[in-house]
Amino acid sequence: MTTTETTGSQGATAPQDDLLDIRHLKMYFPVTAGVFRRKVADVKAVDDVSLTIRRGETLAIVGESGSGKTTLGRAILRLYKPTAGEIWFDGTDLANMKPGGLKPYKQRMQIIFQDPYSSLNPRLSAGSIVGEPLQVHNLTASRGEYNDRVAQLFSTVGLNPNMVNRYPHEFSGGQRQRIGIARALAMQPEFIVADEPVSALDVSVQAQVLNLLDDLQDQFNLTYMLVAHDLSVVRHTADRVVVMYLGKIVELSSVKDLFENPVHPYTKALMSAVPIPDPTVEATRQRQILVGDIPSPVNPPSGCVFHTRCPIAIDDCRGDVPELREITPDHWAACIRV
Amino acid sequence: MATLIEVRNLRTTFFTDEGEVHAVDGISYDIQEGEFVALVGESGCGKSVSALSIMRLVPYPPGRIVGGEIIFNGKDLLKQNEREMRATRGGEIGMIFQEPMTSLNPVFTIGVQISETVRAHMGVDKQTAHNRAIELLEMVGIPRAADRMGDYPHQFSGGMRQRVMIAIAISCNPKMIIADEPTTALDVTIQAQVLELLQDLAKQLGTAVLLITHNLGVVARYANRVNVMYAGKIIEQGTAEDIYHKSKHPYTLGLLNSVPRMDLESGLGARLQTIEGQPPDLLNVPKGCSFNPRCRFVVERCYSDEPVLMPVGEGHTSACWEWNRVGTTQAIEERA
Repeated sequence: MTTTETTGSQGATAPQDDLLDIRHLKMYFPVTAGVFRRKVADVKAVDDVSLTIRRGETLAIVGESGSGKTTLGRAILRLYKPTAGEIWFDGTDLANMKPGGLKPYKQRMQIIFQDPYSSLNPRLSAGSIVGEPLQVHNLTASRGEYNDRVAQLFSTVGLNPNMVNRYPHEFSGGQRQRIGIARALAMQPEFIVADEPVSALDVSVQAQVLNLLDDLQDQFNLTYMLVAHDLSVVRHTADRVVVMYLGKIVELSSVKDLFENPVHPYTKALMSAVPIPDPTVEATRQRQILVGDIPSPVNPPSGCVFHTRCPIAIDDCRGDVPELREITPDHWAACIRV
Repeated sequence: MATLIEVRNLRTTFFTDEGEVHAVDGISYDIQEGEFVALVGESGCGKSVSALSIMRLVPYPPGRIVGGEIIFNGKDLLKQNEREMRATRGGEIGMIFQEPMTSLNPVFTIGVQISETVRAHMGVDKQTAHNRAIELLEMVGIPRAADRMGDYPHQFSGGMRQRVMIAIAISCNPKMIIADEPTTALDVTIQAQVLELLQDLAKQLGTAVLLITHNLGVVARYANRVNVMYAGKIIEQGTAEDIYHKSKHPYTLGLLNSVPRMDLESGLGARLQTIEGQPPDLLNVPKGCSFNPRCRFVVERCYSDEPVLMPVGEGHTSACWEWNRVGTTQAIEERA
């Protein structure tokens, strides 16, 4: 079952096997002041974002702090009630659904958190953490079936099933992240938001977890939304990439196209800022260093939000909000200068 | 160029209830005047403790420097008394830490914190120190420097705070700056700004930099020479070129192969090379070579004899019995 309406801003090129279709999603958080918590402003964490996620792909959301990438992931999972917009998941709009109706959909979408230290309850055994969703949703008929399923999930993520009775502090960072992954897989979801799944891990352990996520995607036909700030990880893992800046999409394209032909000045600057682990490459590399700080999302710049730091900004950039336009087939950018 | 600092067989141990942790276990390296040297390794390898040891800032108890020498500018820092050490710290050696919010005092203005350092080390009057502080803020690229002297740390962004830390570090014209993960807490575009600034100022002032980091990209861009640490020891030393292109240690090689690269297409279904297992618990380091449980080149001898740094090229050393077998061609094949 897929949506029959025309898809969002990516127009006619989006194929019909979209698992998710996000339209004009806005997620504002109120800023309050005074004793009466009077609302004085909004943090526009996600501001009019439209995108589709295709079945079986890895869509990466890239951005710096304050770009809204994490909020976008959580709003899609309906961990927040969006301020406005639509979230079409397999033909159903989740954005305006009551919490009670969401339960069957929440089984089909899961999240893996960034910090494997704070995302696991220290008072529960690893087995209980992984098995909790099975109990909440009554997915196993007997104690025996429950135990088998937990053991099986442990094996799936490369943990020894003998370790079910251990507590989180007895595991290393990489193993904890595996527990978090096993917990997400317990529901047999179709869609997983992986929010910075490896950024808290050491380099040598990062590769192990990235390979595991890759294997699981093939094995269970999963669709991933990978929220990340590390462009190297994104290039290795993603099929398509969304670049966000201050709550807005600035560029969207296939991973190959984005890294070989970035068009938005922010994307270019972001790539330029990442040092390459090769001294020979770095010795000759021309870098473009952005000036200034990321503006506060409470009070974003007018017009194009990037104009305060943009090396090619002109007067018009201060006035109009640039539309996300298709620059070349399937390659979208929000900039009037390209 | 003359040798500025020579660390010889430094050993720092933490005496904990569970046992002795040899966080820094006999490391030796040197830094020439004006040189940019990196100390690279994963968490828990002892790289930060080795920097704290140079400054004699290892918290005691439980930690203590139990052996070695740190010859800085002709004198052994480990033999200095506390008063002499205070003059060295911040005076001859500047420091930049990872978390700029916790290393600045939240209840004093930026201006006071910079001029205090200047007054303490240079013995100048208040007005001179104030002017020097403004000059320093301008040097590190803080706009409207004079106006911002009265601001508190929370009024600065993360990148700006790290600029203030750099201003304090260079305030007394140090011969060396120790930068411990200076940009890890910052966004990538801000990280680039801060590191370029640090490099430019170091060049301009002729200051040597010891950069402690886990980021292999940052090392490749900025470091002249590299020390790779694993489980409290330096396991490979050489120029950036040696380390990245001619590595003779299985750990270094494994680390380089496990990082995805932004500038290379990984190809469909490509898997990352991994180093199996975890870095060792320092309470319980394997006998022989501490890397032996994770090593693909391991032989009998690695389980009994601990390798020391052996010369494997001009200015290039590796602590691996089997360094001959760890080669460039292999690295390339594995990458491809």
